[in-house]
Amino acid sequence: MLTTYLRLIWAYLQIGLFGFGGGYAMLSLIQRLVVGNDWCPTITSQTFTDIVAISQMTPGPIGINSATYIGYVATGSVIGSIVATFTVVLPPFVLVLCASHFIARHQESAVIKGSFMGLRPVVVGLIASAALLLMNKENFGSTSMEVIKSVAICLASLGTVYFTKIHPILVIIAAGIIGYFIF
Amino acid sequence: MFEKISVILHSVSQQMVMKLKDNIYLQLFSTFFKIGSFTFGGGWAMISIIQREIVDKHHWIEEEEFLDLLAIAQSMPGILAVNISTVIGDRLRGIKGSVAAALGTILPSFIIILMIAIFLTPDTIKNDPTLTAIFKGIRPAVVALIIAPVITTAKSAGINLKTVIIPIAVALLIYSGWPVISNPVVFIILGALGGYLYFTRHQMTQRKEEKKC
Repeated sequence: MLTTYLRLIWAYLQIGLFGFGGGYAMLSLIQRLVVGNDWCPTITSQTFTDIVAISQMTPGPIGINSATYIGYVATGSVIGSIVATFTVVLPPFVLVLCASHFIARHQESAVIKGSFMGLRPVVVGLIASAALLLMNKENFGSTSMEVIKSVAICLASLGTVYFTKIHPILVIIAAGIIGYFIF
Repeated sequence: MFEKISVILHSVSQQMVMKLKDNIYLQLFSTFFKIGSFTFGGGWAMISIIQREIVDKHHWIEEEEFLDLLAIAQSMPGILAVNISTVIGDRLRGIKGSVAAALGTILPSFIIILMIAIFLTPDTIKNDPTLTAIFKGIRPAVVALIIAPVITTAKSAGINLKTVIIPIAVALLIYSGWPVISNPVVFIILGALGGYLYFTRHQMTQRKEEKKC
């Protein structure tokens, strides 16, 4: 039990400390550090996708939502939720305070400017890897009929999100209703 | 007798309400709690609402300063909405203020997701045929929701034919699952380091050229 907590803390410390580029980029870190690891066998690729869906439909940032959900499911206790959420917030909280106190005009510095220039293309790759890793049997089904239906839903959703201003929540709800009727 | 008591109680409660209204920590907490409860989509969706509440409505911070604080919040790792509430709380009332503001942002989603986690565990979804069917439809849509920002961030990052190799290599190496090299942390460190080196070299050559002129 203690090791589960320690692994949870270690994972979310890293997620907080290296979580550059927003929620979607953070997904690749969560995927790597939590999903499919031996300390939390309950968090499968499927569960991870479900957490992302739930996060989209509830208020609040995905980093907090995933920490709260995974913390609870991995340990089976509310304390796990609190621990994971606290650990993902703490390192950036300390860094932000230091930054606002000690580096007054830091946005002009070469370190920040340069490293962010280098991070931009990496972030694109991180998000792409999260999408790639989720295109698997667990999310798209194993029989060819299931795969065809899933790919159709995926393409239709992509077109809707990319070309229209329809809110992602509505896309998820619509996909859920369609799923109810065709699966 | 009862009238007297009720009058006293009334004035006491009014005083308490006044005190609570004057308490800036409580105001900070409740403002960010409200923002955290009603913004879907996290990050950037939250920024515009924070700006409206903090700058336009409460006048706690000037527009220009808000942009400075946003720059600090953005340049640090972690969750953008939490970072911006931390700097705003800190700017207004120091560390205590930053704790109040950050807690306000975190708590609503923490409470909502905890409720969901308790009642909707992975096993509940698996054992319920209706939920299973619904989530089977939702999962491919979620993948689409993650593909879409790949395209939009690639555009805003100014990816061209020369630099497109970076995101492709990063995505494929992480996907490969090979030890060490498939860890996203590696690419975040390499990206930041590479960007810094490129930037400083670029600056130096620029300065040399300026000297020549």
